[in-house]
Amino acid sequence: MKTDLLVIGGGAAGIAAALEASAQGLEVLLLERDTQLGGILNQCIHNGFGLHVFKEELTGPEYAERFIHMFHDKDIAYKLNTTVLDIRKEDAGFVVSASSLQEGWLELECRAIMLASGCYERTRGQIQLPGDRPKGVMPAGSAQRYLNMDGYLVGKDVFILGSGDIGLIMARRMKLEGANVHGVAEIMPHSNGLTRNIVQCLHDYDIPLFLSHTVTDIRGKDRLEGVTIQQVDENWKPISGTDKHFSVDTLLLSVGLVPDTMVFESLDIAMHPVTKGAVVDQHYQTSIPGIFACGNALHVHDLVDYVTEESRRAGRAAARYVKGLSVRQKRLALNSGANIHYTLPQYIDTADFNGVISCMFRVTKKAEQGEFVIRQGDRIIQRKKARFLAPAEMEQLDLDQTMLSDHETPLTLDFEVIRP
Amino acid sequence: MKKLICIVCPIGCHLEIDAQHNVTGNRCKRGIGYAIEEVTRPTRMVTTTVRLLSQEHPRLSVKTSKPLPKEAIFRLMAALESLTVNPPVYMHQVIMRDFEGLGVDIIATRTIPG
Repeated sequence: MKTDLLVIGGGAAGIAAALEASAQGLEVLLLERDTQLGGILNQCIHNGFGLHVFKEELTGPEYAERFIHMFHDKDIAYKLNTTVLDIRKEDAGFVVSASSLQEGWLELECRAIMLASGCYERTRGQIQLPGDRPKGVMPAGSAQRYLNMDGYLVGKDVFILGSGDIGLIMARRMKLEGANVHGVAEIMPHSNGLTRNIVQCLHDYDIPLFLSHTVTDIRGKDRLEGVTIQQVDENWKPISGTDKHFSVDTLLLSVGLVPDTMVFESLDIAMHPVTKGAVVDQHYQTSIPGIFACGNALHVHDLVDYVTEESRRAGRAAARYVKGLSVRQKRLALNSGANIHYTLPQYIDTADFNGVISCMFRVTKKAEQGEFVIRQGDRIIQRKKARFLAPAEMEQLDLDQTMLSDHETPLTLDFEVIRP
Repeated sequence: MKKLICIVCPIGCHLEIDAQHNVTGNRCKRGIGYAIEEVTRPTRMVTTTVRLLSQEHPRLSVKTSKPLPKEAIFRLMAALESLTVNPPVYMHQVIMRDFEGLGVDIIATRTIPG
């Protein structure tokens, strides 16, 4: 059996991409390694999902269930408990090898691949935290799964390193479940979480947020007994004499998410140094034609709504590719200019350049007011004013193809801060 | 003049509200309602889990049917502690009705087949 599009991952991204590709007439097969569809949404029991896509506020499981219903209504083929191990390029497409709990070793042929495998959490080892190595130090998302899916509270006295959204959500969640949450330390001078989470999760429960602080010691023989935090200078070096000690049995880490692109390892796919996902054009096509990526496997999003919208676009683009309507020609770079952390896409394909391109990006610093400007050479081709910007919040700018002056000159996106 | 950050949606508008309840800084009209309620009678949606008698799904995710007064949150958590639910459970099935007569139900946020 040869399928048109093989989707890797059955979370928000994979389901949306599969639905869209199927609606365009493609034969789709989706592979999910967990026992159920829905991905990380199943453990994100808090609300705030769906405001853009459904115009109402849903919890993660509710958002997932709506999409799972749509997915089943379309009778799209899928396999649970199935982990993709490798992708091999063949003349007319790809061969994906996977391991299934029910079917054993599988070799699946397909014409195109959509990577929608989500992201993983950075661990203690990846940020080189000093100190002992006792039990009780774990990524916040793992603690979330233990608590919300399995029903285990991982500790009674908690400190949280990193003010990413998962850390903030877990601060409130553990507090509600009776734990004493001593505080949250953030090495940056600003939080990496959404503003609403700072308000709803920390301010509401008087949980202190220590900005420009990090954990500099972890103590405990068997179980964690305490942590020390210190203020850091502008070079992230701890300042002596600023030590604060907390007697805690749990340290949760919310120190960043990284796209899970493990299955790309055997392929020579161009990766982006900032997003840690694949480099793509506006069709979400990677450097290998026929391989697409979307959702958190491509770049880490702050709202699932954006994941859905992006994955729908990716699913449509994959359908155009399979139908032979989109053949790559020339790729213009869309470069990250002043105060821009990254852009997505990083390239614009001039071959099949129809309509409006949704450019997603992040700024590098907080600003009350500013303007996004896309230039091609010296010529301004798009600009948009914006307020209350933060690196934690993804921005979007629609680029109209008719504004391009030529199909040769690379583009640059700048963020120009307007001083009040 | 009180400064607030609106949490109605993820945009997080920076609001100011004065003694006469005049609101500025909001991008949509929901911000006005939020600011007034926040200084008079603050409420929050509560999401949590309850025990479920199921091998595969030991917890059922639930939420309040509408925002609950902030001061009642920990009493609700205590009341849900002793609750056990049997599958099947359907999306938005009422798990606990009218908590403390506040007009707030606790409803399931996913379906667990029997």
